[in-house]
Amino acid sequence: MTAPPSLFARGSARIGGAAVFGALDLHVEAGRWTCLLGASGVGKSTLLRWLAGTADAVTFEGEAGADDGRPLQGRVALMAQTDLLMPWLSILENVLLGQRLRGLAADRAQARDILSRVGLAGFEARKPGALSGGQRQRVALARTLMEDRPVVLLDEPFSALDVATRARMQDLAARALHGRTVLHVTHDPAEAARLGCRIMILSRDRLDEVAAPASPPPRPPDGEDVLAATGRLTRLLLEAA
Amino acid sequence: MALRILVPVLCALALWQAAILAWDVPPYILPGPLRVARTFWSNRGLILDNALVTIVEVIAGIVLGAALGWISAVTLAISPAARLALRPMLVFSQALPVFALAPILTLWLGYGMASKIAMALLIIYFPITSAFYDALMRTPPESLALARVMGASRARAMWHIRIPAALPGFLSGLKLAAVYAPIGAIIGEWVGASKGLGYLMLLANGRAKIDLMFAALLVLAIFTLALHRAVDRGADAILERRGT
Repeated sequence: MTAPPSLFARGSARIGGAAVFGALDLHVEAGRWTCLLGASGVGKSTLLRWLAGTADAVTFEGEAGADDGRPLQGRVALMAQTDLLMPWLSILENVLLGQRLRGLAADRAQARDILSRVGLAGFEARKPGALSGGQRQRVALARTLMEDRPVVLLDEPFSALDVATRARMQDLAARALHGRTVLHVTHDPAEAARLGCRIMILSRDRLDEVAAPASPPPRPPDGEDVLAATGRLTRLLLEAA
Repeated sequence: MALRILVPVLCALALWQAAILAWDVPPYILPGPLRVARTFWSNRGLILDNALVTIVEVIAGIVLGAALGWISAVTLAISPAARLALRPMLVFSQALPVFALAPILTLWLGYGMASKIAMALLIIYFPITSAFYDALMRTPPESLALARVMGASRARAMWHIRIPAALPGFLSGLKLAAVYAPIGAIIGEWVGASKGLGYLMLLANGRAKIDLMFAALLVLAIFTLALHRAVDRGADAILERRGT
């Protein structure tokens, strides 16, 4: 993995004639976890897709990329709300999907190692259909780790999981992705309070930074600073709506 | 399972025989099942010889039509230029009744198997191509976005994601093909052939051997049912095994 860069996105976005978000200026710190919090439909995912380079139907005015000036292509891994596992591939082959798509030799030993790190040793030969939602999202995390990219974009990857599974996934992801530049889009204030080194709130017409708890993530869900931050963030989301 | 097939078959046969007894239908209009069975048995060599020809034509037509449909659908999905050039032709070829081509195919390809294979192929080409092409164009955009972020070329995304994701579409086209292909082969045989069940039926009809015609028809019906079932089962088994 190369040194994680800091990221920026400055500008506005629209789909056809409809504005998605107005002029904003996002800065994502290198090697740290930034949460982008906001209501549904406010353009969080569009902002993330701008950096990923996959927002085809959207017109952007401005610039987005890495501050070191080199292209982001090839330095980004993406994890979305749906796990995007290929149902016809085994778990191991799903983890190896990126290497297959780049035409590289499959590093099975490393894929097995990563699967055991996310607690799925012994699941290699199974198909995604045989796994629970939480297990499937762990496979998606393993696939993301296998990419070993300095920048990781998370688009509400835990929002479909039940509370306990979500909390476990948050711990696992925070440890596994530590040291990378992470931009994590979420609508859950408690999640941002647990995971964010920095927390931004995106509303219709503005992007504000909110102070994150001082302790290092992943923070315990019942920590006083986490609960206080969750309350503060919820209040801000209420006022923004 | 066997009972679910056997009971309706026996009922149909009983009704058939009862109708003949009740209305006293002469055998040159509608022979009874027993008479057809006897005719089948005494002509079994002749019927099975001709059935083999039709079976080979149908299966060759399906295999070639499926291969051609596969290639066409992938080409259309990859290349916008191919879509521009080929899609109107594809739609036109579908608007044209394939039966109308049978005499021309016989003229070009002769009275042998080739013209019947071509008929079967033509009749299934469009359903397979369009079912597979539609499925290829419905790849979830999120999967394609993931592939792009992973650095996939268009060709590799096609091979590793779009084609496997579209396999159910291809297989549903193949199921349709199993129903249509025998129609193509039989029409081809009617237009001009020296072998095959369609040819045998026409010949028997001309010589007023209606019981032989029915025997050939029954063999044809059994073959098409078996083919349809085999393709259905095969397709479902493939999807089941790979986890859809």
